[in-house]
Amino acid sequence: MDNIAGQKSSLVWAVNLSLIALVLLWLFPTAGLLVSSFRTGDQIATSGWWKSMVASEQNLTLRTAPSGEQVEQNGKFTIQGNLFDGEKASDISVWGISSRAIADFKPGDTAQLKKGGAVTVLANGDYKIEHDEALTGKRGTRIFVTATRAPEFTTANYQKVLFDSGNREGMAKAFFNTLTVTIPATIIPILIAAFAAYALAWMDFPGRALLIACVVALLVVPLQLALIPLLKFHNQIGIGKGYIGVWLAHTGFGLPLAIYLLRNYMVGLPRDIIENARVDGATEFQIFTKIILPLSFPALASFAIFQFLWTWNDLLVSLVFLIDSTGETTVMTKQIVELLGTRGGNWEILATSAFVSIAVPLMVFFAMQKYLVRGLLAGSVK
Amino acid sequence: MHPALQGLLTIIIGVGGCVSYFYFSNQFLDKVLLPATGPNAGRNINRANLIRPWLFLFPAIVALGLYLAYPVFETMRLSLTERLPGNQSQFVGLANYQQMTADPKFWEALKNNMLWLLVVPALSTVFGLLAAQLSDRVRWGNIAKSIIFMPMAISFVGAAVIWKLVYDTRPIEQEQIGVLNAIYLYFGGAEPNTWLTMPFWNSFFLMAVLVWIQTGFAMVILSAALRGIPEETIEAGIVDGANPLQIFFKIKVPQIKGTIVVVWTTITIVVLKVFDIVFAMTNGQWETQVLANYMYDKMFRANDWGVGSASAMIIMLLVMPILIWNVYNAKKEMR
Repeated sequence: MDNIAGQKSSLVWAVNLSLIALVLLWLFPTAGLLVSSFRTGDQIATSGWWKSMVASEQNLTLRTAPSGEQVEQNGKFTIQGNLFDGEKASDISVWGISSRAIADFKPGDTAQLKKGGAVTVLANGDYKIEHDEALTGKRGTRIFVTATRAPEFTTANYQKVLFDSGNREGMAKAFFNTLTVTIPATIIPILIAAFAAYALAWMDFPGRALLIACVVALLVVPLQLALIPLLKFHNQIGIGKGYIGVWLAHTGFGLPLAIYLLRNYMVGLPRDIIENARVDGATEFQIFTKIILPLSFPALASFAIFQFLWTWNDLLVSLVFLIDSTGETTVMTKQIVELLGTRGGNWEILATSAFVSIAVPLMVFFAMQKYLVRGLLAGSVK
Repeated sequence: MHPALQGLLTIIIGVGGCVSYFYFSNQFLDKVLLPATGPNAGRNINRANLIRPWLFLFPAIVALGLYLAYPVFETMRLSLTERLPGNQSQFVGLANYQQMTADPKFWEALKNNMLWLLVVPALSTVFGLLAAQLSDRVRWGNIAKSIIFMPMAISFVGAAVIWKLVYDTRPIEQEQIGVLNAIYLYFGGAEPNTWLTMPFWNSFFLMAVLVWIQTGFAMVILSAALRGIPEETIEAGIVDGANPLQIFFKIKVPQIKGTIVVVWTTITIVVLKVFDIVFAMTNGQWETQVLANYMYDKMFRANDWGVGSASAMIIMLLVMPILIWNVYNAKKEMR
């Protein structure tokens, strides 16, 4: 609509700015989780994640090296080193030697220690303690510094959550369990639905309209109604709680949408192709496998994405049909809910676990967005 | 057996079973039962074509019947019975419903659900419409759409964690790590709030999560509808001197009214079933209970199937008008 007269430049600005605001509002919460998953627990707890991008001023308590490292020089015992030993260097603005006066000295100043001797601290963290007698004490002297630290990120959280086999709350097992639930639960309904959709779209038989109406009605039946009756049923036929039950349940719950989407798509295929094939003597089965299925690929892909996202993200169905008291078959969503209960304050673990479970659907989403949008449009605008 | 292996085996058995069922049942029909050769060829073909649709439909009908249709009636029956020891049950009439309506938690859940029904579809649709309209007018619109659409891929549980971080509260003397409290204090708030325990308003903070997720859906559908509007109508409006707001509200919105209704009803259904968000964020405490979580509480924590089923029937009852409306529309369209 750019070609229409009457577009004011001020309006264009307003449109751009409001859209930027909207996009930032939508992106901000997820960005917070992603950034937090790369910070240490201390960092998360002491400063907002939005401050982690820029260098920030922090109050730190550091220690000098223990007295064992002293050397004798010109009759004086000295210890030298860097306060940020092994860590990223920072810029010290002020420092002190008591927790009540943490800003008494500037870099380069020399402070008299209570137990005797003097300490000098430079801006880059280098220090030097000098004393006339030999120093004692196992631990080094505490130095309180206020320093500007550069942004710092770590992948240690992911190490711990994904690869640490000693971590009983890790996500590795839950990740594979989720995958085990998801893949069969995505593939099987597609196949069943495709045949049914073809029959409903291109075969003529009494009761067809009624069946389509039933599918439309079942589309909105809340699956909450199915929980107890199906659990009873699964117990009766002896599969109880487990993968088979959850696969069957997901298949059943996914079918109405699958049939509806695929039928809507197949009805739109050109009639000529199908009738030509019939005239040429193809059987219905051949028409279906050789013509309809390949042509329906976009619709099949749309549904596959929906079902994948839905089964991957599901909590309720897994809670009811899969996860038993041993907890061996826990899925990621359940694991995260548990962490929310037990580790409510440990944001580094929570954020990382949540992001592990979100990452796969996000990748699928960005890779297959086209089909997702197409499926949504086919399923809703009618 | 290792579950991954079991999964692979299930895929093979499931897919192989489906394919061979369809293949062999068709072969059987064409070659053995009613062959298209011999003296009765014509009659056989006609008969085979009468049977075939049901071969194609059979697995789907069984699955739909068993996993969706039967449970509706079974739940209705359960809601009218009481469980007795030893797998027995007894018809108790409406006693479960009476017990449920005497429970203040049920009314709290119903009241909250109604609030959700008012707020979430409305806000999602409005934001979706806004995003659709704005992003169609800028060059980077597709990127904007992707980002607003993205939460659709995030699980309710994941979204709950994301938003719990936004709502996080620290004591006043510490630095706030939740964005909402940081902003609140920056603009002169006295004390950091624990947003999720504020009675009444905390429901709205939970609703924000669902609005955040559903706006993308509304935007995608409405954006397609907006593009489908004939350009002449807009040009005519401009020629007649309508300003941009008038064009939007008086020309565009009336033309996509049907789509807005579809979006609204679809989100309404999502809202009626909302469970994970409440389950993960507050678990119904601090007066945030909703029907689906109430039902889960009754069924699996209190093990009271009667009242649990009764509350499930309430959800079904609330879905019913939309169900009828959808079926009515589908029928109209097929004619």
